[in-house]
Amino acid sequence: MLRGAGREENNPRGGSVPELDSGATAWILTSAALVLLMTPGLALFYGGMTRSKSVLNMMMMSFGAIGLVSLLWVFYGYSIAFGEDVGGITGDLSAAGLRGMLESGTEGGIPDLLFAGFQLMFAVITVALISGAIADRAKFGPWLLFAGLWATLVYFPVAHWVWGGGWIFELGVLDFAGGTAVHINAGAAALALALVLGRRVGWPKDKFKPHNLPMVLLGAGLLWFGWFGFNAGSALAANGTAAVSFINTQVATAAAVLGWLLVEKIRDGKPTTLGAASGAIAGLVAITPACAFLEPLGAIALGVIAGVVCALAVGLKYRLKYDDSLDVVAVHMVGGIIGSLLIGFLAIEVLAGEGNNGLLYGGGIALLGKQALGSVAVLAYSFVVAYLIGFAIEKTIGFRASADAEVDGIDNAEHAESAYEFSTTGGGGGGAFAAAGIAASATPKETTEPVSEKVAG
Amino acid sequence: MKLVTAVIKPHQLDAVKEALHTLGVAGLTVSEVQGYGRQKGHTEVYRGAEYTVEFLPKIRVEVLTDEIDVEKIVDAVVGAARTGKIGDGKVWVTGVEEVVRVRTGERGLDAL
Repeated sequence: MLRGAGREENNPRGGSVPELDSGATAWILTSAALVLLMTPGLALFYGGMTRSKSVLNMMMMSFGAIGLVSLLWVFYGYSIAFGEDVGGITGDLSAAGLRGMLESGTEGGIPDLLFAGFQLMFAVITVALISGAIADRAKFGPWLLFAGLWATLVYFPVAHWVWGGGWIFELGVLDFAGGTAVHINAGAAALALALVLGRRVGWPKDKFKPHNLPMVLLGAGLLWFGWFGFNAGSALAANGTAAVSFINTQVATAAAVLGWLLVEKIRDGKPTTLGAASGAIAGLVAITPACAFLEPLGAIALGVIAGVVCALAVGLKYRLKYDDSLDVVAVHMVGGIIGSLLIGFLAIEVLAGEGNNGLLYGGGIALLGKQALGSVAVLAYSFVVAYLIGFAIEKTIGFRASADAEVDGIDNAEHAESAYEFSTTGGGGGGAFAAAGIAASATPKETTEPVSEKVAG
Repeated sequence: MKLVTAVIKPHQLDAVKEALHTLGVAGLTVSEVQGYGRQKGHTEVYRGAEYTVEFLPKIRVEVLTDEIDVEKIVDAVVGAARTGKIGDGKVWVTGVEEVVRVRTGERGLDAL
């Protein structure tokens, strides 16, 4: 997604206002819709992993992000990210309100307004990604406030740095579809919020089993599907780059599923459903920055590494004692870093541009160095600013729900709703015990004996 | 009068119901319950985090009966619920002081 400086390259006709390319326009329209679908998909993915008493609040954080960030994007977000560069740090406000874009021209054959719409979806899901770290305990209003401030102070400028012609872009850091701008960015903010809000009541001793794994798989499936728009759409045209990105997205993700399952089989004895879904997301995250720059075999290698490393990274939160509820740090921050750094090893010049061969293809260390610098810069900036915003909200209006609300269920406390009605005495369906009670009575175990020995006959 | 209570594996319910029906038992009460005995439970793993599920789903069957029929009923339940594996459940018998049929107000053996 090289809108900032790739204008002439994207435009074979060479003019600043080329004719509309209907093929490209059709594909980016489709891609934008696919990327939007990722956020409801994320809501299902995250929602299934929470407890049944907090699934609605989890999903609402995604839907709230759709509502709020979409509007901010029109008001000033697009302009900050992709307006005229001011000192490499931010865009100006010349495109605030998307004014003047209705009749403006096309670049790379697609309408400017479509590019703005496509990018809108990225802003939405990046904000939504963060919410997984604070599942079960974040109040909804403060979340929206955080979402608005973080988008304004972090996402919009960082998108400018990486894609809009800002300093990271000028440095030559490669981020095709959002390894730094989206995943490291969101993952670092997630870590900051997990620290600000603190651990859930009872964590890590209590039970926090996913309440609906089929829903997790459905969400992961929708994310995977939408991710083709995310990655292949970032070519901003229906062309060979889109095709490379498409194939690499598929094979890296497939490899990451197997990588994650392999870790589970060796470490825990059984390959799990949650592991398959998590591996898919880890692979999608890691291939995102790199998808247009690798050959398929490189993408497969990247996928396996991402699956294995992210599966192992999940254990970090238990060692370091931060309660990142749904492993946003392990999957998105770590996955994003893996993808960004592996560009430095696996990129091939033919695809990544002159002088951008990775180390394994005879390139120098310069590319890897740039990738590392870009990753660290975004990580540090996002972490610090997210921490400050989160801290300020927690100290003023309160970010975290009360312990009572958390134990009773954040859904009821924040939204006056419950996701499921099982009670046979309250007018709902039957099966209370089978559906809810067993999970509620489970208690976690400290020891790590092999699973197979404990399965009851 | 006696109350025969049996806690059994859920999938043995049909066999127990059939056995009791064959004996001519007029009614029984069934509820979904959870518990554990010697089988303890099982372990589930989510992203490497282990959870021991201590309480397993069981079915509780309750039959009110005349003292004379107690042994036959217990034998029928045990026979039908047994799979020979750990976790088959338990049957116990308790005394019942009074039984009243709600519809008619009949008491004692008449109410059974």
